[in-house]
Amino acid sequence: MAQIYDFIYNLLPYLGAWLRGLLQGWGFPEWAIVFTMGLIKAFLLANFGLIGFAILTYVERKIVARFQDRLGPNVAGPYGILQPVADGIKLLTKEDTMPAGADRWVYNLAPLIIATCALAPLVVIPFGPGAIGADLNIGVLYALAVGAGALVGVLMAGWGSNNKYALLGAFRAVAQLISYEIPSVLSVVVVVMVAGTMSTVGIVLAQDVPYLFVLPLAALVFLMSGVAEVGRTPFDLLEAESEIVAGFHIEYSGMKFALVFLGEFVHALVVSALFAVLFLGGWRGPWLPPYLWTLIKMSIGIFLFFWLRATLPRIRIDQMLNLNWKFLTPLMILNLIGVALVDKGLRAAGVTSGLWAAGMFVFNMAMLIGALAIPGYLGHRARMAAMAPASEEELEALEAAAAH
Amino acid sequence: MTLIQAVFALLAILTLGAGLLTVLSRHLFHAVLYLILSLLGVAGLFVLLEAEFLAGVQVLIYIGAISILIIFAVMLTRGMARNPGPPLNNQSLAAAVIAGLFFVLLAPVIAGFPWPQTTQGVPADTIEALGRSLVDPNQFALPFELASVMILAALIGAIFIAREKR
Repeated sequence: MAQIYDFIYNLLPYLGAWLRGLLQGWGFPEWAIVFTMGLIKAFLLANFGLIGFAILTYVERKIVARFQDRLGPNVAGPYGILQPVADGIKLLTKEDTMPAGADRWVYNLAPLIIATCALAPLVVIPFGPGAIGADLNIGVLYALAVGAGALVGVLMAGWGSNNKYALLGAFRAVAQLISYEIPSVLSVVVVVMVAGTMSTVGIVLAQDVPYLFVLPLAALVFLMSGVAEVGRTPFDLLEAESEIVAGFHIEYSGMKFALVFLGEFVHALVVSALFAVLFLGGWRGPWLPPYLWTLIKMSIGIFLFFWLRATLPRIRIDQMLNLNWKFLTPLMILNLIGVALVDKGLRAAGVTSGLWAAGMFVFNMAMLIGALAIPGYLGHRARMAAMAPASEEELEALEAAAAH
Repeated sequence: MTLIQAVFALLAILTLGAGLLTVLSRHLFHAVLYLILSLLGVAGLFVLLEAEFLAGVQVLIYIGAISILIIFAVMLTRGMARNPGPPLNNQSLAAAVIAGLFFVLLAPVIAGFPWPQTTQGVPADTIEALGRSLVDPNQFALPFELASVMILAALIGAIFIAREKR
């Protein structure tokens, strides 16, 4: 029994060791083993992204349907679980169109770049001790940098399509993504500063207390800017159906559309995986095997995304930009300075891990409440000022409308 | 030729070729895309030199931010994006001569400069050393702060120009 538990618990390291032994037994030299293992890891990670994409399309439709008191997909297979397969076949058999006057190379390359840049950060997501694509020295920076490459793909798609809606959508997308990258990077910098390393494995190992309870403000900002970077509701004005039809991917059909869509979903997957690694303690947790903990923590972020989508309306573009530049960015800069001072102060005072985490938590919560109170107060005052000069006639009209 | 040299040659061809296409392509948007490819080649050179941090920052800032801003500027400039004019004008010959002279001037300097060399490997934690040297007054604290002040000044200037007149 204990052996079976141990086997399931350490499944990924055992598999790696078995494969390595097998290759050594076949007389592979060391570099060939490293190369083959890398190829297999790349294959597995890419397919993790693809299968995750297929599952997520189904889960999103089911969850949003539940929120809206509908059934969601329920025709293909039991509970409709074969819906992604049906969708995949449908997309494969669709005609591959290209708009007249499109920039051929740019138009065709853009979906590839978007999908590649979305899949590439999976390399630095650890699924357990030793179970990672590559433990880069600059892990988090790599994930952010490669993710930023998708911007180029979005602009290429918008430009190459020779379509006004596509170009407007690409402008919106890039304006939003480039803005929200700043608070996102700043919140990651806070984590990197406290953990003392940029390696994703190092960050997970540094979290004796999950950073959600040490740096709640950074966690919140990372999640918010993550939603914005993925372009999901309430930040989905880059594909606002009522204004610009579908945004930068309006002209894509068939498998190219699927690739663009894959990019979006895998980006969501990557952001929630990064959230799990940076703030929820990655693979660490009691009883369950590490890879299961990683998947569970990833699904927390994903579920939050779906929940927000089902709950919130879309915000306007000026609200989106104001929120970023006038609230999140200054807040994160202040938070970075504050956390640095409090962290150094606590460590200089010789405070141990539990008390240190409590001190950081109290500081961050105080900052969060203060930060929410100020715009809350200002907004309240603005609303009161806007409501104040209601004349007698307006009040009567309101009462009449209410009575009616 | 070792593997490293082969990779270096490939990256150098990528960087320089894309740079050349940046200058020669007829369409401004394509020029920016080639510029991005060229910058990616430079990031590859950084990886080859085991300077992963610089490579990451190169991609994040030059490709993720600066080229995007260039594309924005190109697209928002009226008529810029629509009419691909000829990339060369009647001053191209003079420009080529001056560039060639500049190369003749520069090449002996680069070749003759005693570049510091070492047989030791790259230290394990270059990021920490980099971070420390940026705040060490004996090393790069002053240039670093000067760069920050310059960027801040540019930022304030941009806001001042862009803000609405009251």
